[in-house]
Amino acid sequence: MLDLFIHILVPVAIFTFIAIFTLFAVYAERKIAGFVQDRLGPMETGKYGSLQTIADILKLLQKELITPLLADKILFRLAPIIIFVAVFTGFSVMPWSQDFIPVNTHTGLFLIMAIVSIDAIGILMAGWGSNNKFSLLGSMRAIAQMVSYEIPVGLSLIAAVMLTQTLNLNDIATNQGVLATEEIKFLGVWSIKNVGGIFAWNIFQAPHMIVTYIIFFIATLAECNRAPFDIPEAESELVGGFHTEYGGIQFAFLFLAEYAMMFLVSMLGVVIFLGAWNTPLPNMGALKLANWTTGFAWGIFWTFSKSLFLVGVQMWIRWTLPRLRADQLMNLCWKVLTPLAFLCMAISAIWRILVIV
Amino acid sequence: MIFKTAFHALTTAFKGLSLTVKHLFGARKARQELDITKDNYFDKQDGIATVQYPKVKMPIPEVARYQLEVEIDDCIVCDLCAKACPVDCIAIEAIKSPEAIGKTSDGSIKRLYPAKFDIDMAKCMYCGLCTVVCPTECIVMTNQYDRSSTKLTDLIYGFSDMTDDQVAQRKSEWTKFQAEKEAAKSK
Repeated sequence: MLDLFIHILVPVAIFTFIAIFTLFAVYAERKIAGFVQDRLGPMETGKYGSLQTIADILKLLQKELITPLLADKILFRLAPIIIFVAVFTGFSVMPWSQDFIPVNTHTGLFLIMAIVSIDAIGILMAGWGSNNKFSLLGSMRAIAQMVSYEIPVGLSLIAAVMLTQTLNLNDIATNQGVLATEEIKFLGVWSIKNVGGIFAWNIFQAPHMIVTYIIFFIATLAECNRAPFDIPEAESELVGGFHTEYGGIQFAFLFLAEYAMMFLVSMLGVVIFLGAWNTPLPNMGALKLANWTTGFAWGIFWTFSKSLFLVGVQMWIRWTLPRLRADQLMNLCWKVLTPLAFLCMAISAIWRILVIV
Repeated sequence: MIFKTAFHALTTAFKGLSLTVKHLFGARKARQELDITKDNYFDKQDGIATVQYPKVKMPIPEVARYQLEVEIDDCIVCDLCAKACPVDCIAIEAIKSPEAIGKTSDGSIKRLYPAKFDIDMAKCMYCGLCTVVCPTECIVMTNQYDRSSTKLTDLIYGFSDMTDDQVAQRKSEWTKFQAEKEAAKSK
């Protein structure tokens, strides 16, 4: 009985988190957009516009669900659910703190890669089902983009996994700090197991991991269809891309999925490369900063702050860089990121054999 | 070659990102000088550019040329402004008077009643040509620029001070005068 209760409680908690995060992130996004462009952003609803997104979501919930006359009704209705569920399920294997993970499975990373790809099918369903040329164009671009960028993401993750030797996200997280069960070395030379902190993170395990992380970050930006890779929903060319015909709560779910995806990929990057729930503060002599700032609550705090920082970077990039053209997008993926990711993977293999042993 | 392009893209992206982050943190303060007539106007333009309009207002020039205003007592209903208007936003209807009505403040003699003097501010393009041609300078541009309304017809400003009764009376006076003239002629 208790088990069943927990099985229900965990998804509800994650959903609540996603909803609250989305409300917060949309507000933050509009404020950041404003500040970057020397504007103020929302100011009228509530103090400093803080109630703006709540007003928005209330408006969305009240709206009528309109299905276009010639739309494929089943696909149209199903698409937002599939898109959201795909992203939502990805959260099931993400570690929040030490041994605090909804599902502790040995194939966690694999599951995320597999299940987040379903997102692409949902987007195609949305675009095709809408029976609208803008939607179809948008979803076709989305599919091309997401399928292509899956490759650098996968390769960069393999490069990291070659060093960690496990797909279990909980183990990957544990082995990046003072609680590590294996020997960890900063850049392969300095044994750092008792020092911990930022030097123990995977990104500093080998020199090429920084490049790998940059590849991962750029490719995941494209995976979540964020600017500068937002050609699937390019407002100025395609109205709204695959979500042109959606309104009301269906649109709310698409929006929720987009922001959940942002957080998911940021968190995945944090878990694989940036030390997961481990502290960035190292032990320095008598100052046992790493030991002091490691613990259950600290873990949640570090996961949150690192992921939110990365989400902030994504927003910052969105409001700085202009959109890429479709051919530039494919060039970047196939001619730059993929070969580089292969190279990183090869270096990882050599590193594992020659340096870590 | 492609790597060179990609590297160039990365460096320029970094340049752009450093510029925007400067603005992001520069947003802690707003620009300090809103009045362009001040000497140091361009030195104090860092930070948020937004002026939250109904709460904060931009200073306007001493001689501002915004919405039109008609001093109807000085108007001789010559219709020149309506003819000069490029967008035809001024509609004037005149009633002739049998004798001179009075004098404007600059001494011109008024011979016409303004039954209707409407300016459609939604059409007006603020060129000021009507104020140039006006012989008595009764139509001027004021420093009023905001009259928001939910009804478009609210933007048609009527400047005629005649009531419907007065209009009917003046019209009948004129028809009577003309009928008398016709009668005198036919005699």
